[in-house]
Amino acid sequence: MNFKALIAAAVLAVAAPAQAQVEIQWWHAMGGALGEWVNGLAKDFNDQQKDYKVVPVFKGNYDEAMTAAVAAYRAGNAPHILQVFEVGTATMMASKGAIVPVAKVMSDAGLKFDPKTYVPAVSGYYTAPNGQMLSLPFNSSTTVFHYNKDAFKAAGMDPEKPPTTWPEVALAAAKLKATGHKCPLTTSWVSWTQLESFSAWHNVEFATKRNGFNGLDARLVFNTPLHVRHIENLANLSRQGLFVYKGRAGAADATFVSGECAMYTGSSAAYGNIKRNAKFASGISALPYYPDVPGAPQNTVIGGASLWVMSGKTPGEYKGVGAFFDYLSRADVQAKSHQMTGYLPITLAAFEMTEKSGFYTKNPGADVAVNQMIRKTTDKSRGIRLGNFVQIRAIIDEELEGVWAGKQGVKEALDTAVRRGNEQLERFEKANRS
Amino acid sequence: MAIEKRVRFGNRWLPWLLVAPQMVVVTIFFFWPAGSALYQSVLLEDAFGGSSQFVGLDNFNRLFSDGSYLASFRTTAVFSLLVASCGICIALLLAVMANRVIRGATLYTTLLVWPYAVAPAIAGVLWLFMFAPSVGIVSHALRSLGIEWNHLLNGNQAMALIIMAAVWKQISYNFLFFLAGLQSIPKSLIEAAAIDGARPWHRFWTIVFPLLSPTTFFLLVINIVYAFFDTFAIVDAATQGGPGKDTAILVYKAYYDGFKAMDLGGSAAQSVILMAIVIALTVVQFRYVERRVQY
Repeated sequence: MNFKALIAAAVLAVAAPAQAQVEIQWWHAMGGALGEWVNGLAKDFNDQQKDYKVVPVFKGNYDEAMTAAVAAYRAGNAPHILQVFEVGTATMMASKGAIVPVAKVMSDAGLKFDPKTYVPAVSGYYTAPNGQMLSLPFNSSTTVFHYNKDAFKAAGMDPEKPPTTWPEVALAAAKLKATGHKCPLTTSWVSWTQLESFSAWHNVEFATKRNGFNGLDARLVFNTPLHVRHIENLANLSRQGLFVYKGRAGAADATFVSGECAMYTGSSAAYGNIKRNAKFASGISALPYYPDVPGAPQNTVIGGASLWVMSGKTPGEYKGVGAFFDYLSRADVQAKSHQMTGYLPITLAAFEMTEKSGFYTKNPGADVAVNQMIRKTTDKSRGIRLGNFVQIRAIIDEELEGVWAGKQGVKEALDTAVRRGNEQLERFEKANRS
Repeated sequence: MAIEKRVRFGNRWLPWLLVAPQMVVVTIFFFWPAGSALYQSVLLEDAFGGSSQFVGLDNFNRLFSDGSYLASFRTTAVFSLLVASCGICIALLLAVMANRVIRGATLYTTLLVWPYAVAPAIAGVLWLFMFAPSVGIVSHALRSLGIEWNHLLNGNQAMALIIMAAVWKQISYNFLFFLAGLQSIPKSLIEAAAIDGARPWHRFWTIVFPLLSPTTFFLLVINIVYAFFDTFAIVDAATQGGPGKDTAILVYKAYYDGFKAMDLGGSAAQSVILMAIVIALTVVQFRYVERRVQY
């Protein structure tokens, strides 16, 4: 017998079982504890069946994962599944040909998929104007108010009665400062918490065309008297040393966890990190509002990310993606994810299951974010979906830094941010006109 | 009678063959990317390249009608000049000192070269930690001296921070070249001057520094290019261009628009502008500054 043929046969025998299993590449942006969560999901799915193998690959933070996927797509090596943050949603939706709608993946795979089981504010965000669901909601968070209960006690306030309105926040901040707190109040994600969620929470538009849901010709309108009033209020607090700016994106998270800042508005997904690392008792409460604004509080907008299916793969691979998404849509899987990470339960069934298990009574505050989201949304509060959103958020950061530094007026800053942001929207509209 | 300087080859293809490897390298690593940048700069594309349209000079017009982009020219000029001049001066000082050390000279040299092995992003983070407004050791020390350090809102402090990080990163490189330059200066020249009664300061300015001028000139070109192109990771890690746009140097915006915001056309247009600036600067340096260099 020919030696070469023998080797070939041996190689085939070794390779054959591996070939039978279809590999699904999943690029994500979950590091640390969240990375373990993602790997656990893939492992659990892989253990439950033999046909498909989901391979999660950590690609850095959200921007980096998206940039890597864009480069890979252009080179013809895109992953099957890509996790994209909420501000990248409009970009993904507009890039026809690069993605396969999740509704299509599921129906092609012959799997039942009902978008109505999802929390409306979540599913609505990822649904195209024609009603087709484009991506699978995965990890959704929203903006909440975190506060340091020990600091409240030390300042003579009731730690179980967090401030619910902005005037109350100002009073609490003054009391905290009087007891020597150097940073009574701060915020992460200034645009998300103080303008985007703020708008939905007060049932006013952030941008026209239903905040971008109804077309690429949406334009920013966050320079109304209400927005100016709120930023003016924060600027006043800043001048008195009651509000302290701690930087862009999630930079302020660490200042709350370390105990430096006593109150902050940020993501509900910070819950897990605070619970694990903070050396004080902390509480979560709903985002503050202005009680004299009619319709407030409405609901807050989502952050976090969803899973997109990239185009150009084989039908067998899409079947595998469908099977994995089917697994991810199971109420028990979602309930477990919600309890583990602090992300929202993205289906109503997962919420009810968590509630029945007594999780919210054992972990008071964990349901705050859920209650802010599981509400009937209005056209103004459904969410904000804009092109070039990454740049728009950076523009807002830049202009508001001028306000915190006392270099420019609030009205001027918001007008400039709207003008510069609209240039970005025009450019996006032009680039994606088809 | 002029001496024939040209080399004659027997085969007329041989010279082409000999320069070919060099040409291939230059073409692949310089002309091709530069050509791509030029091509991209006249296009408007969506992120995935699904729809692409020719927009002529639109990307450039948009940049030049943007006040904040024009302002970043000034920011870049301040940043680059300070990085290059501080980097060269400090490195020269260190090299002159290290050159005089007799015992443990290698140790000093090795320690001074270390920062060069640090990645720019790490350098940015390192300095960021030291100057972090509430927890950094340097900002803490400054506060006890009565200086309130907050580069999150103070543009000048933010600029100082990225300049320090960028200079620190580049000193090693400059230091190595200066040290090599100093060691190649014949001792006899300096000794002769000393015998003639020239004081150390005088000897440095009239003998050492002129003899180092080719090195200094080379480093000036390299440092300007470094400040223009290689510093975006430091800015990204330390300030992200903030507060406002106070530290948004040109290359950072090009990086940000291309890699974070995925606006390839806009980013390519900025790269082309940067390329033009650096070519112009280098030409100016070679034409005017080099005249004062004594080889």
